[in-house]
Amino acid sequence: MQIRVTVNGTAHDSDVEPRTLLVHYVREVLGLTGTNIGCDTSSCGACSLHLNGEAVKSCTVLAVQADGCEVTTIEGLAQNGEMHPMQKAFMENHALQCGYCTPGMVMAATSLLNENPNPTEEDVRLGLEGNLCRCTGYHNIVQAVLAAAGGR
Amino acid sequence: MTMTEPAASTVLGKRRLRKEDPALLTGEAKFTSDLNIPGALHLAVLRSPYAHARIRSVDVSAALQLPGVVAAYSGADLAPLWAGPMPCAWPVTADMKNPTHHPLAVSKAAYVGDGVACVLATSDAAARDALEAIEVDYEPLPAVVDLEDALSDRVVIHDELGTNRSYTWELKCEGADGQVERAFADAAYTVSEHYVHQRLIPMAMEPRAVAAVPQPFGGDITLYSSTQVPHILKVMTALTLGIPEHQMRVVAPAVGGGFGAKLNVYAEELLCTALARKHKVPVRWTEERTENTQATIHGRAQRQHIELAADADGKLTAVRVRLLADMGAYLQLVTPGIPLLGAFLYGGVYDLPVAYDFSCTSVFTTLTPTDAYRGAGRPEATYAIERAMDALADQIGIDPLELRRRNFIKKDQFPYTAMTGLVYDSGDHDAAATMAAELADYDGLRARQATQNVDGATKRLGIGVCSYFEMCGLAPSRVLASLNYSAGGWEAATVRVLPTNKIQVVTGTAPHGQGHETAWSMIVAEKMGVDPDDVDVLHSDTAIAPLGLDTYGSRSLPVGGVAIAMACDKVIDKAKKIAAHQLEANEDDLEFAGGTFSVKGTPDRSMPLAAVAFEAFTAHNLPDGLEPNLEAQVTYDPPNFSWPFGTHICVVEVDTETGDVDVLKYVAVDDCGNQVNPLIVEGQVHGGVIQGLAQALFEEAVFDEDGNPKTSTLAEYLVPAASDVPPITLGHTITPSPTNPLGVKGIGEAGTIGAAPAVINAIVDALSGLGVTDVPMPASPHTVWKTIHAAQSASSAQGVSK
Amino acid sequence: MIPAAFDYVRAGSAEEAISLIGEYGEDAKFIAGGHSLLPLMKLRLAQPTVLVDIGRISDLSYIRDAGDHIAIGAMTRHMDVETSPVLAEHAPLLAHAASHVGDPQVRHRGTIGGSIAHSDSASDLPATTLAMGATYVAQGPGGTREIAAADFFQGFLQTALAPDELLTEIRVPKMGGAGWSFQKFNRRAQDWAIVGVAAWRRNGESGVGLVNMGSTPILATSVSAALSSGASIAEAAELAAAEADPQNDLNASPEYRVHLAKVLVRRALEQASA
Repeated sequence: MQIRVTVNGTAHDSDVEPRTLLVHYVREVLGLTGTNIGCDTSSCGACSLHLNGEAVKSCTVLAVQADGCEVTTIEGLAQNGEMHPMQKAFMENHALQCGYCTPGMVMAATSLLNENPNPTEEDVRLGLEGNLCRCTGYHNIVQAVLAAAGGR
Repeated sequence: MTMTEPAASTVLGKRRLRKEDPALLTGEAKFTSDLNIPGALHLAVLRSPYAHARIRSVDVSAALQLPGVVAAYSGADLAPLWAGPMPCAWPVTADMKNPTHHPLAVSKAAYVGDGVACVLATSDAAARDALEAIEVDYEPLPAVVDLEDALSDRVVIHDELGTNRSYTWELKCEGADGQVERAFADAAYTVSEHYVHQRLIPMAMEPRAVAAVPQPFGGDITLYSSTQVPHILKVMTALTLGIPEHQMRVVAPAVGGGFGAKLNVYAEELLCTALARKHKVPVRWTEERTENTQATIHGRAQRQHIELAADADGKLTAVRVRLLADMGAYLQLVTPGIPLLGAFLYGGVYDLPVAYDFSCTSVFTTLTPTDAYRGAGRPEATYAIERAMDALADQIGIDPLELRRRNFIKKDQFPYTAMTGLVYDSGDHDAAATMAAELADYDGLRARQATQNVDGATKRLGIGVCSYFEMCGLAPSRVLASLNYSAGGWEAATVRVLPTNKIQVVTGTAPHGQGHETAWSMIVAEKMGVDPDDVDVLHSDTAIAPLGLDTYGSRSLPVGGVAIAMACDKVIDKAKKIAAHQLEANEDDLEFAGGTFSVKGTPDRSMPLAAVAFEAFTAHNLPDGLEPNLEAQVTYDPPNFSWPFGTHICVVEVDTETGDVDVLKYVAVDDCGNQVNPLIVEGQVHGGVIQGLAQALFEEAVFDEDGNPKTSTLAEYLVPAASDVPPITLGHTITPSPTNPLGVKGIGEAGTIGAAPAVINAIVDALSGLGVTDVPMPASPHTVWKTIHAAQSASSAQGVSK
Repeated sequence: MIPAAFDYVRAGSAEEAISLIGEYGEDAKFIAGGHSLLPLMKLRLAQPTVLVDIGRISDLSYIRDAGDHIAIGAMTRHMDVETSPVLAEHAPLLAHAASHVGDPQVRHRGTIGGSIAHSDSASDLPATTLAMGATYVAQGPGGTREIAAADFFQGFLQTALAPDELLTEIRVPKMGGAGWSFQKFNRRAQDWAIVGVAAWRRNGESGVGLVNMGSTPILATSVSAALSSGASIAEAAELAAAEADPQNDLNASPEYRVHLAKVLVRRALEQASA
C-alpha cells in the first residue's frame, strides 16, 4: 500500500505491506535506527516517537495508520547540530547508561513537557510510566526531566 | 617499573559527563540490530512449546515452499556442524553431571523455548511466518519444575545422566573437627531460616541480536553480537564450530545492557555463525522479547537453609548453609559456578572466627537454564545472612542495627583473613552504617514507628537494614583455578601515544552501559597529564583489542582499569628515557607532572609529553637500543578480589488492608574505595538498588506445573517504571583498596546486593507486631496480604479465646 | 512481533465502515487506535484477514454538552477525554478514569469507543461508564440504536454489538455535583487494575462499577441498593462483590480480589461522600 509520511521534516513516499509496524518502517525502510524495539506488548516504550507532535509507541501503530502524518524520531530532535535541551539534560544528569531505552525515554519526556511544562517530580514519574529502563533506576532520568523543565 | 604518584588528583574522583552519551542520545549509536548488512538472511528459531518432550520427527518441507525461505533445518540436520557441545566453562566438581547441549535439540526438548528447528529467509517476517509451517511430532513428557521433585529423580530429564543431580559442592571451615556442631550446641541463641530466591529474568532492555558475516573466499568470519564477552565468545565459538581461532573475529557494537545475561555463549550465536559459513552469506537474528524471556538465561532460583549460632552477647559463632540450586535444563557458560560465587559470603560482614559450613546441591529442571544475573551468588548470600541477622536480633530482642554493630569486622582488623581463607582487603562497616543511619534518621524513625504501629493500625511503618560485602574484581587466576574455573581472571590493556600526543587505549573490557570510555580516559588523563577528551578508548572488537576477558562481576575497574594505569606507568617510564636523552639529564633526576618532564630543581629544563611523543615517532634521536613509538601493554592478574561494602536502609509503610508496600525512603551508603567518576558510581548504585528492589517487590519468572512460562512478556514480568519506585538517597565513604595502585574496588553489583534484604527486612519489621516473621519475594500485595492473614490465623489459633 | 499478513482499508465515514465490514465478513475487524487489537495481532493471538481503519473518521471525535448528558464520539482519544474541560465540569469521574488508562503514549492513540467495544473487564472505561449509567450508540446497516451500558457487556470480550455494527457515541449523564472516586489498585502504574472501583454518590443515589472483578465489567447494584436503604458505607462495602465473579491470575486469587473490592469500594465511597 502506498503511503506518504513526513519524517523529521522530509516527506517519504513508500509502498509498504499493511502489516508493517511504524517502528519497522522508520528503522528498515528509512534506515532511522535510533528508534529501538524492546518488547512485543507495548510495555517498554523503547520505540516511542512523535506522531503529529505526540509520543506514541511505534510498535503499536501500523505504518499505514501514519499515512499523511508528521513523524519525529530521535534523529530529528537535534537542530542545527545542537542537541535538544532534553538530550542535553539527560547527558548533564547522567540519565542514561546503556542508552537503549534512551531515545524512547527522551521522546516520551519531550512530549510530557509539551503537555505539562511545569511538572512536579510525581508528574514526571507518572508521565514516564510507559517507559522501562533497566540501568538507571530512573532517579537521574527524573532529575533530567525536571532540569529540562526548569531550563525552559 | 616505578609507579608514578601524582601529588593530587586533578581528574580522578571528579564528576565528569560521559563521552558515550551524545551518540546514544541522538540515535547515532549502532546496536547489533541497527547494523546495515546487505544480503543478510534472517534466522528464525522454532522453539519447543513443551517443557519436556521427546522429538519424534521434524518435517520442514512445507516451510521450504514458502516465499522468501532459503533453508530450514531440524536439530538432526545441523548436528554435523558442531565440533563440540555448547560450552560450560565451570565444571565445579570432578563428578559434575553435564548433559550434552547443542544449539538445536535433536532427540528431546528440555524447556519451553528450547530450539528444535530453524529457518533462513530473506526477511525476518518471512522467516517467522515459515516457522508456523514446520511440523514437529512431540511426545510430551512430565515436566520437572520443583527442586525437591527434581532431586527425587521421579522423572529423569537427561537420560544419559541417570539423575537430575548435577553436583554437590562443600566448603567446611573449622579449626578442629566438629567445631561447627559444638558451636551450635553451645550457642546461647540459634536461628534456622529457610528462604527462597525466586527465578528472575535479567531483562536487559536490548534483547539479544546476532549477525555473522563470512568472507567465503578469504576464510575469515566476523560475528557481531550483543554480548558482554566478545573475547570469551570468540574462543568458545571457534572451539564449538571448529573454526581456526585466528579466522574468527567477534565485535560487540553498542550493547544495550547485559546484567550477566549476555555473559554467555548462546545457540543463536553459534547458529548464525555456522549457517553463515555453510551458506556463504551473512546471517542475522534479532531476539523478540517473548523469546528473550524463554531462551536467554534466568538468574537466582535457589532455596536456602541458613542457621546461625551466637553467644549470649549476640556475637556470631557459627554459620551453616545448605543450598538447593536450580540449574535449569542445561549448564550454560558458568551456570554451576553461580552458587560458588556466593559460597564465601554467607558469613556477611561479620567477624566469624570459629566455624563456617556451606554446601550446595544443584539440580536440573525442565526450565530455562540459569546463569549469572547481576550479583550472581552474592545477592543470594547477602540476603540469607542479612535476613537471618534480623531473625537473630528479633530472638535476642535487640535492635537489628545494634546486632550488626556488635558483629562487624572492625576497621583495624583489616586486612582480615576470613574462615574461608579469603582476605578482605579493607573496610569500615561501622562508618558506613553510621552514615546510613544518619541519612535515614534511624533513631527518629524508630520513635515514629513506636507511635504509629499501635494495635489496629492499618498503615504500619517498617525499617530494614542490610550491611554487605561485594566480593568483586574477578579474579586472581590461581583462585579461579582452585574453584575449577576454566579461564583466568586477568585483564589486558595497551596505552599508545600517537605522534600528535593523542592517546589510544586498547582495553579487554567490554562495556555495555558502564561508561568505560569516559572512566578509562580519566585514568589515562590523570596519569599522563592530558585532557580526557584527547584519549580514545578502543574496545569490544577482537581484531582491535585481541586480548581480554571482558566485563562481568564488577571486574572492569579493579582489574581492567588498573591494567590501564599500569600501562600508563610503563609508557611514562619509556618516555622518561627519551626525555632524559633529549634533555641530557639523568633519568633519575627527571620528574613527570602535568604532562611534562622536568629536571628536579631546574624546572626550565623540561620537555612536554607531546614533544617526547613526536621524538618517539620520528625516531631521529632516541637513546641507543630504544624502540621507536610510545606504547606499552600490560596484562594484570589481580592478587586478590576487592571488597566493596556498605549499608542500605529501607523505610516502608505497609497497608495491612491491601498488602500494598509503599517505599517511603531508600538510603544507600556504599564504599567502593577510590572513585574514578562519582557520577558513574552514583548511576551504578541507583540502577542496582532498583533492580534489587524489583526482586523484592515485583519480579518473578513464574511457571505452571507443566513448565509453561506465565511471565513471558513485559506485560506479565513486572519490571517497574519510574512511577513505581522511589528516589534514592546516596552516601559514600571511601576506604581505598590496598591491593591495587588505584585503590579502587568496583561498584556494579553493590546496589543489587544491598537492596532486596533491606526491603524485605523493612516489610517484616513493619509487620512484626502482627506475628509476621518472614515474607517471601516478591512481596506483592497479594503475597503480603496472605502472609498477614496466615500469621494472624496462626496467632488466633494459639490464643486462649479461640 | 510481526502480525500475520492482512488487507487494510480505510473508512472515511461510519456508513462506509459499516458497509466495508459487511463486505469483508467475519474475519474483518475494525481498528481505531489499535491499542487493544495490535498487541494481540503481534503475538498472533488474533489474525484478522482485513482491517477496516475507522481511526480517520474525524466526525466521530468530539465531546459535546447535550443538555442532560455529555456526548462523546467513539473515536475520541483517551487523552482528549482526560483533558476535556467539558468533562472536567460535568463528568470528572470519567476524565479522571481516562487518565489512568495505560500510559501517555497509549492515551495518545487509544479511543474510548475502541476500549468499550473491546469490552475488556480489566479496562478502566467500560466499568466507569457502566457506573455512570452511560448509554452507547451503535450504528448498523439499518440505522442507529441506543444500548444501555447495563445491557451492553454480555460476556468475556462479548458485547451487544452485532458484527456489522459500529459503536459511534458514548453518552454519560451529567454528574450534577455528585461526589466521586476512582480507585485503581495495581502493581505498576501502566498495568491493568488488579481491582478498580469507579463510584459516585449524590443524595440518595449512587453508582459503583468494578474493574477486573469478572468476565465483564461489574455494576455493584447491591452496594447502591444498601446505601439507598440506609446502610452505612462500611456495611454497603461488604456487599461489593455480590455481583462479581472474579478470576485467578498471577496477581490475585479470587478471594483476594473480593477482599480488595470491599476495601476499595469502602474507600471510594468514603472519598465520594467527603
